[in-house]
Amino acid sequence: MRRRISAVAAAAALALAVSACGGEDTATQPSAPAGSANAADVSGQVTWWDTSDATNEGPAFQELVKEFQAKYPKITVNYVNVPFADAQNKFKTAAQSGSGAPDVLRAEVGWVAEFASLGYLAPLDGTQALDAPEDFLPSPLGSGKYDGKTYAIPQVTDTLGLLYNKELLKKAGHDAPPKTFEELKQVALDVKSKAGAEGLALNVDAYFLLPFIYGEGGDLLDVNTKKITVASPQSVAGVKVVEDLIKSGAAPKPAIQDSYTNAETAFKEGKAAMIFNGPWSNTSNLDGKAFKDDPDNFGIAPVPAGSAKAGSPTGGHDYAVYAGSKNLDASYLFVKFMASAETQAKVAGKLGLLPARPSAYDLPEAKANDMVARWKEPMAAAVERPWIPEGGQLFQPLLEGYQQMATGENAAEPVLQNVAKAYQGLLKGWSL
Amino acid sequence: MTTQVVDGSAAGAPARGRARRPKGGRGGGSVLARHWYAWAMCAPVVIVTLVLVGYPLVRGVYLSLTDATEANMGRTIGMNVIPSTYEFVGLSNYTAIVTSAEFLSRLGWTVVWTVVCVALHYGIGLGLALMLNRPLRFRSAYRLMLVLPWAVPAFVSAFIWRYLLNGEYGVVNAMLRAVGLPGVSWLDDPLWAKVSVITVNVWLGVPFMMLAILGGLQAIPREQYEAAEVDGATPWDKFRHITLPGLRPVASTVILLGTIWTFNQFPVIYLVTRGGPGGSSEILVTYAYRQAFEGIRNYSGSAAWGVLILALLVILAVGYRRALRRQGEAW
Repeated sequence: MRRRISAVAAAAALALAVSACGGEDTATQPSAPAGSANAADVSGQVTWWDTSDATNEGPAFQELVKEFQAKYPKITVNYVNVPFADAQNKFKTAAQSGSGAPDVLRAEVGWVAEFASLGYLAPLDGTQALDAPEDFLPSPLGSGKYDGKTYAIPQVTDTLGLLYNKELLKKAGHDAPPKTFEELKQVALDVKSKAGAEGLALNVDAYFLLPFIYGEGGDLLDVNTKKITVASPQSVAGVKVVEDLIKSGAAPKPAIQDSYTNAETAFKEGKAAMIFNGPWSNTSNLDGKAFKDDPDNFGIAPVPAGSAKAGSPTGGHDYAVYAGSKNLDASYLFVKFMASAETQAKVAGKLGLLPARPSAYDLPEAKANDMVARWKEPMAAAVERPWIPEGGQLFQPLLEGYQQMATGENAAEPVLQNVAKAYQGLLKGWSL
Repeated sequence: MTTQVVDGSAAGAPARGRARRPKGGRGGGSVLARHWYAWAMCAPVVIVTLVLVGYPLVRGVYLSLTDATEANMGRTIGMNVIPSTYEFVGLSNYTAIVTSAEFLSRLGWTVVWTVVCVALHYGIGLGLALMLNRPLRFRSAYRLMLVLPWAVPAFVSAFIWRYLLNGEYGVVNAMLRAVGLPGVSWLDDPLWAKVSVITVNVWLGVPFMMLAILGGLQAIPREQYEAAEVDGATPWDKFRHITLPGLRPVASTVILLGTIWTFNQFPVIYLVTRGGPGGSSEILVTYAYRQAFEGIRNYSGSAAWGVLILALLVILAVGYRRALRRQGEAW
C-alpha cells in the first residue's frame, strides 16, 4: 500500500514536469491585422505588463499611462508590473496557453526574436504602432525585427559603460578613467594599494563578459556566416583579460550568487572604485552612500578598449503586442503613444534612461536630465547583438563557464570550448 | 505525516477491495453489486487521480518519444498559425540523455545529495525525537520550535538562507568575522555550495522526521522497556534492541518518502544556488527544469528527463521494498 504512495508521489512530480505542455489546436484561418482604424473611435481594454523596476521606475510609467488615458478616454489601460526576472517565462506560458497573456509587453531586446519565431507576437508593419520608423536608432530597431517583419517597437536603449568613483580614482593618482584594458588593470591595482578600496567590482554574468570579448575583436556568434565564434582566439583573449583581472587582484574575487547585487552594493557604498553597468543603475547608484551627497563624484565613461576596439552590448526594451490580443487596435495605439519621441523624452528626463529615437534627445524634457547626455559617449560603443530566436539560450552555458572561471575551477580557454560545444547543441546547422 | 497515510489508504482502498474478491469465489456481477458502496466511495479519488496523474503521465511518456519543442508544436495565436511538425523519434531522447556526460555526473551528485540528506534527516530527527520523548520542562515549547522550519514554505526558507549565506553581506559570515574567523564563500565555491544546500535541506527536513519518529516512539509498548529494565539491560541495549526495531515500521516508510522528496527537492537547489557555481550543485530535477524552461522550451527532452527520473525512483522503491521483505517486514 505504501509503495502506491511513492508511485503516486513520483508520478505527481513527473506530472508537474510535463503538464506544462499544452495541447495543439487545430489551425484556423487567421484574420489579417486591422491596418488603420480611426484613432478616436478605438475603444477597449489594454493590459500592459511593465517589467521596469517597480519602485524606482514604475511610477514614471504609470504616470504616462494616465496621460494616455486622458488622450484616449475610450481605452482603459490595465497596468501590471511584472518582475523582469520572471516576465519572460510568465509571458511564454500565458501566450502559449492563450489565457492570461497581456495585450502589450515590455520585452527585453533579446526576447523579441524568440517570441516572434514562436508566433506569440503580432507583426506591426503597416499598423499604428510602427510610427515614424525612420526616427529610430538602427540597432534597437533591429532588435524588433524578425524574418524581415517588425514585431516590436523600441522603448529605451542602453549599453554597458564604465562607472567610476572619481574620488577613489583621484586618491589613486588617476584623474581620468581608464581607456584600455591595461589601464583598467593598472588603475584598479593603484586604487587597491593607494585608496584603500577594491579596484573593479565584477558581476559574474555572461552579459557582462561581452565588453571584454568585443574589445579583443571576438563575439559569441557570426550570424552572417552562421559560425560559432565564442571559442575563437579573439574571444578567448577577451575572457583571459577577465581571468587576469581576478588573478592579479585588480578585481576582488567576485560573488557567484547574487553577483549583480553584491557588485553594485560594493560600488555604491564606495568599497569598490569601478564597475561595468548600464544606465538602468543610475537612480540606484546615486542613492548609494558614495554618491548620495556628492552626485558629481559619480563618473560615467565608455567601456575600456581592448586590442581591437571598445565595444559593449546593445540592450534595452521594446514594446511588443500579443498576437492573441482581443484589443489589437487599442494596443497599437498604446504602443504608438508610449514609443513616441515625446514619451521617450519624458522617460529619459525622469529616469535617465536613453531614448531609442534620435529626435527625443533634442527635446527639452530629455535635456533636463544630464545623465542622458553623459551616456551618449558610452552609447557610441554599442555593438548589435545577434537577434536570433536562440539568443536567450546563449547566456546560460557562458554563465556556467564564467562561474567556473571565477571560482578558479577552470581556465578561460577550456571554458569557452565547452561553451562552443553547448552552442553546437543549441544551434542546428551552425559551424565552429 | 498523518495526511500522507490517510491519502495512501484512500488510494490503496480499491486495491485492497480487489485483493479480497477471489477469496469469496463469486461471479463478477455480484461482486459489483455487493461492493457497490465501496466502489462509489473510491470513484472520485480514482477519477481525480486518472485525470491529474494518469493523463499527464501518459502524455509525458508520449512526448518523450517525439522531438516536440515549443517551436514545432502546432498552435494558432491570433493571426499567427504555426503548423505541427514534430515527429515520433523513438528512444533517441533517452539515448541522448543516457550517453551524455552530463547525465552521469548529475546522477552521481543527486545520489550523494539524497543519501547524505536522508541520513542526516533520519539521524538528527531520531536524536531530537529521543530527547523530546522524555519528560522535560517546556517540552511542548521545544517541540513547537523544532517544527517551525517545516511550517514555513520551503521557498521562503530557501530565500532567507540565501541571504544569510551571502559571502560579502550575509549574516553568517558577519558572525564569523565578528569572532575573528575568516568568512567562508558558502555559495560561491563548488564544495561549500554543496555543503550549504545540504545544510539548508537538512534544516528543512528534520522536523518531519522528528515528528514521524516521535509518533513511532510513542507507539512502542512501555512494557518492553520495563521488562528490559528488570533484566538489567543498559540504555544502549534498550535503544539497540527495543527502540530501533520498534521504529522500523515508521522508519521504513519515512525513509522511502524522504528519499523520494529529497531526490526531487527542487526549491532548495534552485533558489539557494541556482545549480551553481558552474552547474556544480545541479541535481537531476533542476537540470530537467532548465531543459524545459530555458529559451525555446524543449518538451520532448524534458519529458524524457521526467520519465527517467520517475523510472529511477520506481526502481529504487521496488528494490527497497524487496530488501525490507527479505528481512521479514510485512510491508
